Amino acid sequence: MAAAVRVEELLAAAAAGERETPPGEPQPPPQPRGVSVEKELELEFDLGNLLALDPNPPPAAGLRGAGPRREAVLRALARDNVQLLVAQLWALPAERAGGAAGPLVARLPEPSCRLPREKPPPRPRPPTRWEQFARLKGIRRRKRSSLVWDEQAKEWRRRWGYRRAGGDPARSWLVEVPAGADPEEDQFAKKRQEKRERVARNEFNRLRNLARAHRAATAVPAPPLHPTGHQSREELGLAARVARVSTASLGRFQPRLPKEPVELPPRGRGGKKRRFQPVLGDLAAERGRQLELLRTMNSKKPALDITRAVNKQLREEDAEAASAKGKKRGQRGKRGRRQQQRPGRGGKKSGARRQQRPAGGSAGGGKRKKA
Amino acid sequence: MDALERVVKPKTKRAKRFLEKREPKLTENTKNAMLIKGGNANLTVTEVLKDIYAVKKPFAVLYKKKNITRPFEDQTSLEFFSKKSDCSLFLFGSHNKKRPNNLIIGRMFDYHVLDMIELGIENFVSLKDVKNNKCPEGTKPMLIFAGDMFDLNEEYRRLKNLLIDFFRGPTVPSIRLAGLEHVLHFTALDGKIYMRSYRVLLKKSGCKIPRIELEDIGPSLDLVMRRTHLASDDLYKLSLKQPKALKPKKKKNISHDVFGTTYGRIHMQKQDLSKLQTRKMKGLRKRRAEKSAQDGGISPKKAKSA
Repeated sequence: MAAAVRVEELLAAAAAGERETPPGEPQPPPQPRGVSVEKELELEFDLGNLLALDPNPPPAAGLRGAGPRREAVLRALARDNVQLLVAQLWALPAERAGGAAGPLVARLPEPSCRLPREKPPPRPRPPTRWEQFARLKGIRRRKRSSLVWDEQAKEWRRRWGYRRAGGDPARSWLVEVPAGADPEEDQFAKKRQEKRERVARNEFNRLRNLARAHRAATAVPAPPLHPTGHQSREELGLAARVARVSTASLGRFQPRLPKEPVELPPRGRGGKKRRFQPVLGDLAAERGRQLELLRTMNSKKPALDITRAVNKQLREEDAEAASAKGKKRGQRGKRGRRQQQRPGRGGKKSGARRQQRPAGGSAGGGKRKKA
Repeated sequence: MDALERVVKPKTKRAKRFLEKREPKLTENTKNAMLIKGGNANLTVTEVLKDIYAVKKPFAVLYKKKNITRPFEDQTSLEFFSKKSDCSLFLFGSHNKKRPNNLIIGRMFDYHVLDMIELGIENFVSLKDVKNNKCPEGTKPMLIFAGDMFDLNEEYRRLKNLLIDFFRGPTVPSIRLAGLEHVLHFTALDGKIYMRSYRVLLKKSGCKIPRIELEDIGPSLDLVMRRTHLASDDLYKLSLKQPKALKPKKKKNISHDVFGTTYGRIHMQKQDLSKLQTRKMKGLRKRRAEKSAQDGGISPKKAKSA
């Protein structure tokens, strides 16, 4: 048996022709037609990717000079590596695809090299209102056949769509007037109207589900209203405010806590009512207000102190820039969440504004900011 | 903000299929590569791009016009191209006095640049210069990386990962053994990377495994690493994350020992031994005198299958 193998190898050697063996490489003594390759370190294989990694340092001497010698060295190195990889591939479980005469096909394992994805993995979409309800009630989807037997046409027709069983509902030529309906009413128009309403309702619900899913996907985590151990003063204030408004009459008859400040309704969307001073009230106060108004109108000093207003504006811009930078850095984490929940923490500014409104809203605006 | 992007609702089935192909999936599509010329690409660089396109067909897009951008400074135009053509790999070629024959190879994650590595071309032999029979288009190449630099140096490791990603081709469950024709061989030595592309000839040998002979086809490149722009560790980890659904499900209650024997575990309910049917068990019928008060329980054994 060994003799026969050697004869075959010799014949293969004669057929293949000369091969040059580069000097510095660890190769077995001339068995040039064999399939065995010796390497100092074993190669690592990832057969799912048809990949081989050779940790041996390549022969520096052979690759120094440019030219055909370098190509030969590289080719020999490549030949050895490919031989080892092919040996591994041939060792995989193989079968004949497409019957006995088909090509020999090897089943590859899963690729083991971890490569980054192209896009992030898809997020599971939140269930729609119907899906939630069905899950609650335990309703499962019935399998329906797509073809229905049409008795009139005596053949299998689609359940819905082109040429459906039961004929096209839009071309029904006879509609019965139901028992309690007005005999003058146009039943065809009524059917068309109902269909239009149904379609609109379905579309509306579909868009609402989409919006809900989109909102869930891009949701910012809201501050928790239930007591955790780590809530700031503002968060607790928010929780208290929400709790007050959560009654049936939206907090109108809710007694105030001992030191809870009376809050005016927020300007803008809510709190539409404008407040006016009573017509016949404090005469002394009214007189004082009118005199104050005349005084500011007569004075040479401008009502708006330019420098002070400009300084205030600059300070506000700086604060905004700083908060934006801080926001980028501390987007996650507790600090980031705290900063996100502190909207314009005006402090002095809003306090000053509040005091001026009831007192002298007519004093030419006073320190009013540009809108 | 995302709210400004128009949500395009598809009006035809074809448009819907187009959008579905581009959305994120559990098992992803094969990555496409876009090959872009810079503002001052010379002949060498153009030839390199054309040859790489020939290797990577049909999963590559070659842009014909020159695009005046600098990827290392401004990545917005690359990201725009990637979004338009749905390509997550790119190869940008340019040439100037400071960086002659420049190639920037990179990849994207979620249409943003993940990694970019700048390579300089020292030596280039084109497909046209080597007059052989070439491999058919779309052959999945074998990839071999030789040299210890690919393991030791962090940048080389990323480059290796990037090159695997670039030249890998589609992931297939099985492969025709006689069709393994193409091999790409990368050697790292002395700060240079030699990329060679060979055609594999399977010759008869004494045993089942064939003897390999290699034939040099193009393209062959000698590359030197210049600048890099690698993703931060956590972004890279985020991009590697695979969804849980792809993990293979482990079969419970099956274990293997070192000898290859498979053990299975069966969980039985608690048996009431007093109610065990012993009349039908012949083995327990020793002697009529000793039939009463015999413990007829069968010792529970682990079921064995070799």
